[in-house]
Amino acid sequence: MANSEWPLWEVFIRSKQGLSHKHVGSLRAPDAEMAVDNARDVYTRRSEGISIWVVESNEIHASHPIDADSLFEPAHSKVYRHPTFYDVPDGISHM
Amino acid sequence: MAELNIKELERRFQEKIDNDQKIEPNDWMPERYRKTLIRQISQHAHSEIVGMLPEGNWITRAPNLRRKAVLLAKVQDEAGHGLYLYSATETLGADREETIDDLHSGKAKYSSIFNYPTLTWADMGAVGWLVDGAAIMNQVPLCRCSYGPYARAMVRVCKEESFHQRQGFEIMMTLAKGTPEQKAMAQDALNRFWWPSLMMFGPPDEDSKHTAQSMAWKIKRSTNDELRQQMVDITVPQAEMLGLTIPDKDLKWNEETKQYDFGEIDWNEFWNVVKGNGPCNKERLDARRKAKENGEWVREAANAYAAKQKMKKAS
Amino acid sequence: MNTLFEYLVRLGDDSLILGHRLSEWCGHGPILEEDIAMTNIALDLVGQATSIFKYAGEVEDKGRNEDDIAFLRFDKDYKNALLVEQPNEDFGVTMMRQFLFDAFRKPLFEQLTKSSDKHLAAIAEKSLKETKYHLKHSAEWVIRLGDGTEESHGRVQDALNTLWRYTDELFFSNEVDADLRSKGIVFSSEELKATWSEMVKEVLAQATLSIPDNGWQHDGGRKGLHSEHLGYILAELQYMQRAYPGMEW
Repeated sequence: MANSEWPLWEVFIRSKQGLSHKHVGSLRAPDAEMAVDNARDVYTRRSEGISIWVVESNEIHASHPIDADSLFEPAHSKVYRHPTFYDVPDGISHM
Repeated sequence: MAELNIKELERRFQEKIDNDQKIEPNDWMPERYRKTLIRQISQHAHSEIVGMLPEGNWITRAPNLRRKAVLLAKVQDEAGHGLYLYSATETLGADREETIDDLHSGKAKYSSIFNYPTLTWADMGAVGWLVDGAAIMNQVPLCRCSYGPYARAMVRVCKEESFHQRQGFEIMMTLAKGTPEQKAMAQDALNRFWWPSLMMFGPPDEDSKHTAQSMAWKIKRSTNDELRQQMVDITVPQAEMLGLTIPDKDLKWNEETKQYDFGEIDWNEFWNVVKGNGPCNKERLDARRKAKENGEWVREAANAYAAKQKMKKAS
Repeated sequence: MNTLFEYLVRLGDDSLILGHRLSEWCGHGPILEEDIAMTNIALDLVGQATSIFKYAGEVEDKGRNEDDIAFLRFDKDYKNALLVEQPNEDFGVTMMRQFLFDAFRKPLFEQLTKSSDKHLAAIAEKSLKETKYHLKHSAEWVIRLGDGTEESHGRVQDALNTLWRYTDELFFSNEVDADLRSKGIVFSSEELKATWSEMVKEVLAQATLSIPDNGWQHDGGRKGLHSEHLGYILAELQYMQRAYPGMEW
């Protein structure tokens, strides 16, 4: 990183009341306050949001794609967690 | 998984691509795929940023308040698009500042169209109509590109750009319907921007060294010549509607192929502009370098302030 | 004299000319994010000028629209404060100019939301929201540049020293204001100045900057007597309208 380059931030926007914040992209900013300003100017120019979260990119911890098989595949076989697994006779409602 | 040899990894990678699955930043990818993407996305980003300059040239001279606001918003969008695209290259491990330094040193390329000057207000129309028209044609297929962050950035870019071409066409239409001076201004802009716009799709397929591999990786989804033909076919009727003449004496509808035949592109001019000999290459790069140099103390100050605040918080 | 028209022209010219200055940055900002931020502010200002001139045209009732007023007056008919026509120089000057102006505009629009002129109050209400953000942004920058590096501190202190002499004019008041005040259309500029001073002192202190001792203050803009800079601004701004009179664009 060149010496005057600002840290990278990830931006999350709530597009409307009732929805959760969603990752929309990243930007550079010297600190959190400016990161929010910049996110407003860069990512909400067309009324895309009503609330902004920013987090420094190096503060994000992620699962590794190499582990994806062991992390996520075991859930595929547990079909009994889904309501469609169960038979409900015709005529039964509210279930 | 770690013991898998490269061949097997590459096979699985290509399989994913063939099944139209997206590749995401931390996924394994061949080094050449990464490098090709960095090259293509950063070129695209540089084009957006350098592309701000020819249009920025007319903001303070826009003829009325509405046009001024529209032009400002459009050039601002280009900064945004550059930013989204640099963000996409950062997910591939290419630091933005270093990527920009490659532009400034002349190592990285950008679209040669922006090395042409904007001489009259009508050029704002021609740039919007033709240059953004060509850009959209290039970009829409990229929304389906195999690399997730690039595809997502392109979805956003395309959505925002949809007004860019329209505003350009609207300017041309106003001029074409205006006084004889205005119509002449529009025709002159079309004359100057027509051929460079067709060059925007890049060299002919037989000379394009990257096309085949990029198509296989679904980084590119149509060839240069296909897109160029599409551009001509779409634009000719629009020019007719405007009552303007496309500066190509060989342009002719081909009943057999159901498309327009058009004249020879001056590839000599294209390569010269790419090599740095266009009318404005030097001005464009100088302006970008100067912006970065003049901003150095500003960026440093903000970092210094942030560091002081962190210290204060810690103590 | 149509005092409301005169007042609207001042208000609109401040927005128009400062918007023009900021738009000169477009494509040349210190970093992409800030390029976008400054253009947003410029867009707000151009938008303000548009709605203010539109209303001014109605108030004047001589058939002029917003573009006629924005583009087709002579330099002496522009009534913006001298502060907003000062050149961009570097980012420090630009942000200091912006801050000194925003700190005046925010309380001004706050006052004007209570104007007995409903149209003006509505314009103020919309503009106030924009201006609050401009002030937040410019104050943040003044603080960062002032309390950043030695170089940035020096540059932005120089900017303050240069621009300070144009600040009193923001609170210029003559028979136009007196007439409008008597009708409840505008309010006390002394009150405005008190609010401004407080805000400016607070932010400059945080920025570790000192207010210059030199008490000399320029004025003239509100009377149509400008610096040499305005002529060049108008040469660009009016170029198309003057070169191709009476055409639609």
